[in-house]
Amino acid sequence: MELISPDFGFIFWMTLAFGIVFFFIAKYAFPVIGKTLKNREKKIAESLEQAEKIHEEMQHIQEKNEELLKKAKEEREEMLNEARISRDKIIEEAKEKAKDETNRLVESAKETIENERKAAMTDIKNEIANISIKVAEKILEKELSTDEAQLNYINEIIKETDNQ
Amino acid sequence: MQIGFLCSYILMKNWKYIISLSFLMCLLFSTPKSVFAEGETGEKFKAGEVIIEHILDSYEWHIFTWKGHEVSVYLPCIVFNEGRCYTFSSRVFHENEVYKTVNKTNSEELVFTIPHEGSYKGKIVILNADGTQKRPFDISITKNVLALFISCTLIIILFYLVTKAYRKRGEKEPKGLQSLFEWLIVYVRDDIARKAINEKSVDKYLPYLITVFFFIFINNLLGLIPIFPFGANITGNIAVTAVLALFTFFITNLFGNKEYYKDIVNTPGVPWFLKFPLPLMPIIETVGCFTKPFVLAIRLFANITAGHIVVLGFISSIFIVAQISVAGGVGMSIFSLILAIFVDCIEILVAYIQAYVFTLLSALYFGMASKEHHHS
Repeated sequence: MELISPDFGFIFWMTLAFGIVFFFIAKYAFPVIGKTLKNREKKIAESLEQAEKIHEEMQHIQEKNEELLKKAKEEREEMLNEARISRDKIIEEAKEKAKDETNRLVESAKETIENERKAAMTDIKNEIANISIKVAEKILEKELSTDEAQLNYINEIIKETDNQ
Repeated sequence: MQIGFLCSYILMKNWKYIISLSFLMCLLFSTPKSVFAEGETGEKFKAGEVIIEHILDSYEWHIFTWKGHEVSVYLPCIVFNEGRCYTFSSRVFHENEVYKTVNKTNSEELVFTIPHEGSYKGKIVILNADGTQKRPFDISITKNVLALFISCTLIIILFYLVTKAYRKRGEKEPKGLQSLFEWLIVYVRDDIARKAINEKSVDKYLPYLITVFFFIFINNLLGLIPIFPFGANITGNIAVTAVLALFTFFITNLFGNKEYYKDIVNTPGVPWFLKFPLPLMPIIETVGCFTKPFVLAIRLFANITAGHIVVLGFISSIFIVAQISVAGGVGMSIFSLILAIFVDCIEILVAYIQAYVFTLLSALYFGMASKEHHHS
């Protein structure tokens, strides 16, 4: 029976003790805890929203970046193409010029060679004439070394002249 | 889910402590005075008495018995007789059967005693000259009162520390003790209060629900610790549960709105002949207002008391068998210890469940008393 009959003294102390705990929690602890929890929840919600916004912005920026990149790539391609064309042109021109130069050089070389040859020919002709004269001189000298021969020869010549 | 999680968390993280705790509990509960007295006086070990002695309140706190000497904390007795206050240590009853003092109103002799039987068994009474007993107004600091003070101080300290942590850390993430408390506070708020009470009135009731939850939970857990300043059967005392239930009762009815009282007088959705000429439904509803807190009180009291009785029963069985044969006692102790540890683990779960149930039902009653629209 004692087990289920509440003792008055204990009820008194229990009411007092529980009241104090209740008062402490309701007036001191809970306002701080509840407020902090609420604020934190708000902060988290705000942060999430902001993160979402930032994410969207990031996506936007990324799209823009991609577009820019694509444009830049195109420009580069164009520039490269242009460069290639102009390079080819320059090479072509250079080649043309080189060819002309070579032709010119060859031509002038040929001319020089011709001149040189002509000069050489003249020299050779002169030399041959000289040599012929010298040879003729030597032969004449040898054949007409005696007086008899000289006379014979003179006679011959006179004969020849008379015949004519 | 939450309960299961808590249980498995406690078991997984602290199983070593729980087992050693249970072992200590067994050791301490197994040294009631009658066990050792048995060897000297030939008195039989009476399991029922030992258990009831633990469950009930007492004027001193018996810690253990060492070689026939009781080691107890004697607590102050405060009694009022005819408007005058008498204070003395409960040690006076340890030395003598009666405590004689001077009656402050008429200077005659006043005799206090604690009868061993009768309707005032175990309580301080005034022994009249003709042999009749009179129960004075008694607000002594008994074992349970002291244990209650200790646990309330502990709760206040814990909440003070947690509040300080909240002040210091602001909106940063919780840490240590704060995160444990936050988990429970948010659980009470979101899964108990907000589900039972409408959005508008939930903040009004929340401090009470949190107080009740932590008060019951912490007291239940402290009741399971067998070492001296804890281990009293606080939440298994009908006075404690009655006060808690009364708080719920008064808060429900004092803060109830018009709808709530209208529903009691004129219950909706019930045929008219149940209200007139005989107001059957209003009577049932009014009685229901009182039975609800009554059931709250009984449920908590019965659950916690039963838990203590079962654990003590297992431990007592060791001594019952040991009286017959020592070898049997040794064998029985292994078996009983395993069972007692098992029951202790369940008791940890029950400590949480009962705190949850009491809080949930209080929240439901508050929700009923503060609902905005019915017929929805």
